Amino acid sequence: MRVSMTVNGKAVSGEVEPRTLLVEFLRQHLGLTGTHVGCDTSQCGCCVVHVDGASAKACTLLAVQVDGSTVTTIEGLAQGGKLHPLQQAFHEHHGLQCGFCTPGMIMSAADLLQRNPDPTEHEVREWLEGNLCRCTGYHNIVKAILAAAQSMRGMAKAAE
Amino acid sequence: MTEKGIGARVPRKEDLRFITGRGRYTDDINQPGQAYAVFVRSPYAHARIVRIDKSSALAMPGVLAVLDGQDVAADGLGNLVCGWLVKSKDGSPMKMGKHPLLAQEKVRYVGDRVAVVIADTYAQAKDAAEALAVEYEELPAVVELAQAHDAPALVHDEVPHNLCYDWELGDKAAVEAAFAKAHHVTRMELVNNRLVPNAMEPRAAIGHYDSGQDAYTLYLTSQNPHVHRLVMSAFIGIAPEHKLRVVAPDVGGGFGSKIFIYGEECVVLWASKKIGGRPVKWTAERSESFLSDAHGRDHVTTAELALDREGNFLALRVNTKANLGGYMSTFSSCIPTYLYATLLAGQYKTPAIYCDVQAYYTNTAPVDAYRGAGRPEASFLIETLVDQAAIEMRMDPAEIRRKNFIPKTAFPYQTPVALVYDTGDYEACLDEALRLVDYAGFPARRAESERRGKLRGIGISCYIEACGIAPSAVVGSLGAGVGLWESAKVRFTHTGKVQVLTGTHTHGQGHETTFSQLVADKLGVAYEDVEVIHGDTEKTPVGMGTYGSRSLAVGGEAIVKACDKIIAKGKKIAAHLLEASEADIEFKDGKFTVAGTDKSKTIGEVVFAAYVPHNYPAGLEPGMEEGAFFDPPNFTFPAGSYVCEVEVDPQTGVVDIARFVAVDDFGNVVNPLIVEGQVHGGLAQGIGQALLEGARYDESGQLLTGSYMDYCMPRADDVPSFEVVTARGTPAAANSLGVKGCGEAGAIGAPAAVINAIRNAIGVRVEMPATPERVWRAIQSSPLAKAAE
Amino acid sequence: MYAFDYHRPASLAEAAQLLAGNPDAKLLAGGQTYIPTLKQRLAKPAAVIDLGRIAELRGIREEAGGVTIGATTPHAEVANSPIVKRVIPALAALAEGIGDPQVRNRGTIGGSIANNDPAADYPAAVVGLGATVRTSKGRAIAADDFFTGMFETALAPDEIVTAVHFPKPEKAAYAKFPNPASRYAIVGVFVAKTAGGVRVAVTGASPCVFRATALEQALAASWSAAAIDGVTIDPSNLNSDIHAQADYRAHLIKVMAKRAIEAAG
Repeated sequence: MRVSMTVNGKAVSGEVEPRTLLVEFLRQHLGLTGTHVGCDTSQCGCCVVHVDGASAKACTLLAVQVDGSTVTTIEGLAQGGKLHPLQQAFHEHHGLQCGFCTPGMIMSAADLLQRNPDPTEHEVREWLEGNLCRCTGYHNIVKAILAAAQSMRGMAKAAE
Repeated sequence: MTEKGIGARVPRKEDLRFITGRGRYTDDINQPGQAYAVFVRSPYAHARIVRIDKSSALAMPGVLAVLDGQDVAADGLGNLVCGWLVKSKDGSPMKMGKHPLLAQEKVRYVGDRVAVVIADTYAQAKDAAEALAVEYEELPAVVELAQAHDAPALVHDEVPHNLCYDWELGDKAAVEAAFAKAHHVTRMELVNNRLVPNAMEPRAAIGHYDSGQDAYTLYLTSQNPHVHRLVMSAFIGIAPEHKLRVVAPDVGGGFGSKIFIYGEECVVLWASKKIGGRPVKWTAERSESFLSDAHGRDHVTTAELALDREGNFLALRVNTKANLGGYMSTFSSCIPTYLYATLLAGQYKTPAIYCDVQAYYTNTAPVDAYRGAGRPEASFLIETLVDQAAIEMRMDPAEIRRKNFIPKTAFPYQTPVALVYDTGDYEACLDEALRLVDYAGFPARRAESERRGKLRGIGISCYIEACGIAPSAVVGSLGAGVGLWESAKVRFTHTGKVQVLTGTHTHGQGHETTFSQLVADKLGVAYEDVEVIHGDTEKTPVGMGTYGSRSLAVGGEAIVKACDKIIAKGKKIAAHLLEASEADIEFKDGKFTVAGTDKSKTIGEVVFAAYVPHNYPAGLEPGMEEGAFFDPPNFTFPAGSYVCEVEVDPQTGVVDIARFVAVDDFGNVVNPLIVEGQVHGGLAQGIGQALLEGARYDESGQLLTGSYMDYCMPRADDVPSFEVVTARGTPAAANSLGVKGCGEAGAIGAPAAVINAIRNAIGVRVEMPATPERVWRAIQSSPLAKAAE
Repeated sequence: MYAFDYHRPASLAEAAQLLAGNPDAKLLAGGQTYIPTLKQRLAKPAAVIDLGRIAELRGIREEAGGVTIGATTPHAEVANSPIVKRVIPALAALAEGIGDPQVRNRGTIGGSIANNDPAADYPAAVVGLGATVRTSKGRAIAADDFFTGMFETALAPDEIVTAVHFPKPEKAAYAKFPNPASRYAIVGVFVAKTAGGVRVAVTGASPCVFRATALEQALAASWSAAAIDGVTIDPSNLNSDIHAQADYRAHLIKVMAKRAIEAAG
């Protein structure tokens, strides 16, 4: 079947089987290997992307289901060569070690911050229920998300 | 020191590729013409393979080959081996059961590799693997460690009682004598629960045989590519070592599980030649990881501590039964022996210690090193036993520890279990941890919790570990099959940039940053001008890899030694250029200076002269590239004090970690940001072991916890923000940097702190993992909790 | 995953027709349970009919004083709906606690109740609130008749859930004790004081959601946490597994019921 969608701002299309997962389409057809697969039961969150503006697990969506949709992956988060505040904060606060969970973690957090620009630590920890990390103990991930939220609020205020 | 030198909180240089989705993990790599491998795994814990009929699978679309144990045998490939020879009490060697790449005659655990299917696409390989007809004759399985000795089933027919070895360490007679005169004996039986490592990146490999070059390349998820190359050539015999290139690109976490040489990676390399040289790719599904990655821990122990009237420790006696699983994995023999019993002195001056260990085969996945590897088991045992002793002796748990600490004046300190601790100040760490947690204010916090219907508890754990296993001659005498040195090469380019080639491998630890800081500091070059290269046997010097918190203490020191050689050579060149005597040249902050003058040359100028030797010392080789090997004189001994405060909901048994304070002595610290991150991660794994994680098999040997639906991984809301102090170091003696290693500490020290805190809260000790149901049941039997109700 | 054909009907009528014509076809709503099932090769449908683009199946509206939720409305939409928050806040709170944020963004109420996982949350709300399940065959199935057993419902093989209507309760709340690993309910208790009396629905504890009649009677007599102190929950029909034995589940039913009653006020 032919699917077409907008991925990171670009119109793409490809021939897939109905059973092709979105994550397979991204990784194998489009070469966007930043979206990872860490489990087979849809729990680890290494594959989180945005579909039509909301976070979703790319391993739990068929490519054909998102035909016509807009998809943003970790590769499309930085705009104009400038890191997204979450990317910057993960770097500054050492919110990643091996880096494998990081793309999903950042994409999930980006969805949180667009819904809740000023989350508490507790809200951040609860939001990350669908994202596993084995390296960081989450400490610096949480710290980075809170720091990014603060910097994004600052930017929003400056833009007013 | 430069601003990004030793001691600076430099954010990592490796981050940029990971936060933008441009990391390059094994599964991200695709090669032209690549075929796919899917393994057929045993559905039984123990069975005889009666017949494998390949015909139906071979007839499926796209199938290129179906290979099984007979094909492995026909090609004369060797077995997987355990590289550390442990001897039993009677001097006999451990009984290593055969571990073929693909099962021959028998399968020994659910998930054991029976055959591999290679096909054009992954889906075709998967379909054909499902269609492969394997006939089994099921055999009785031995699953429980406690039953292994007398089980009717033998995992390896040639190993009676499933007993691989019966090993001992320590002075048994001295221990017996001490127990005979003890005022009090604290006795405890405890289980160290089996864990599944769960690095977030599943194992993967791409094997490629190039017939033109008659050479092999293997991309894989490895913590130690050189060790993979060595074993695959010397023991398995797939390719001669100089014809095999092993590349471990970005690796998504290891925690021990990617040290080992498994069958799958060997098979894809071999299979590439079998199908005529097309690359063969395999990526584990998480369900496969659960079944086939080497698990960790799994001990059953009886421990006894003899005390005098004042609470001084007189002797420790330990018996441990350790589960090896169905086969010996790469380092499995040394984990419950040399990495365990040698740590049983803990931070204490216990004068006599004896430990014996029986290691058994069972029909479960192989067990090997997992973050901490032996040391968490030792630390958990000591620190829960000491806590129990404090309760029985009616002493404060902090005080009983303080009373028995090895005093800071006693170093170097010879323990009764072989190790010589170089440096430490245990009381300083404990004092700082108790101060941070406000130990004195605990009763008020407990009362406040009680008003909310919660039971609050506080637990202490004072761990010690040994990192950077060394020296090679000693570990060799204890049975290690390899040397445990590390190597490095430091190479200047014409333009003064530096390439650092290391035999270690970074998979989250941040070596690219830490080693750059080191070299920037030592050579006075800009941090940005240093590039760290690792993970490719064709680029880097031979190295033993990354595990056991050794990379900085051993590999970092090798880099320092190479830098020293660079400086020594630079002095000769500078002396020539400055027309001074070599003995008068001083090197500091990137400048060679004639002592007592302002005449100097920068290291860049000296390097340029080395590559464009127009005006150059006679007889000196051009170029500026130096290598070094480092074989440390001793282990390093990180130690620390952890304090955990929990709040227990008596109605449900849910344990909430209210506070966690960790004060560690890692010696000198190169990058505090990275070191703290290592502690955080270790703590979460330690808390995971204490509260959440536990691999469970049913009585027939089926893994009940085979996915994240049933195996509980710590999530963000299971752990608190940690309070971590890493600045109380006593520099290590075994390396010039004074560093000790920090990768495993959290996982080693945390479990006892959590379990002791729960015990303090509810009055009963709960086995790990202390799940809500276990805690709730314990509360039902606790007099203290009943009184509270 | 096994290969299958894929259909994406634009209307309910088209979907119903496809389903009637393909006995081995399966419906796909949010797919948050079904796609993992397919990935594990635990299902082998000949065809998958994707309900995701049928506008008439999605949405939330106030109806007869209660709330009607279209079958393909995702959990996140229910959780954040001003209507649901105002009319039945307990239902919004339950939806907010289902799975993780990504599951809530895609998973749907229709998919959840048609699957009837014994540890799912929505069945507790449907039974606890005495909701009505509407279908493509024009049926309005009472909650008490809808969930018939483990992964079994009163739906005919060619019948599609179109919406669920929840009447407004006087008071209601849901309390869940999650499985630490999967975060599904080990025990979830939905309590409601409704026009038709007190309802207590329990999920996670047994093969199928059920009404805890002993608790209902006690609460009918006195709507308070203390009222259920004397009630004994029989563990003999409850699940035992590695995460919780039956007696612990029985105990948790009471604890969660009390917490729900206290939350309901």
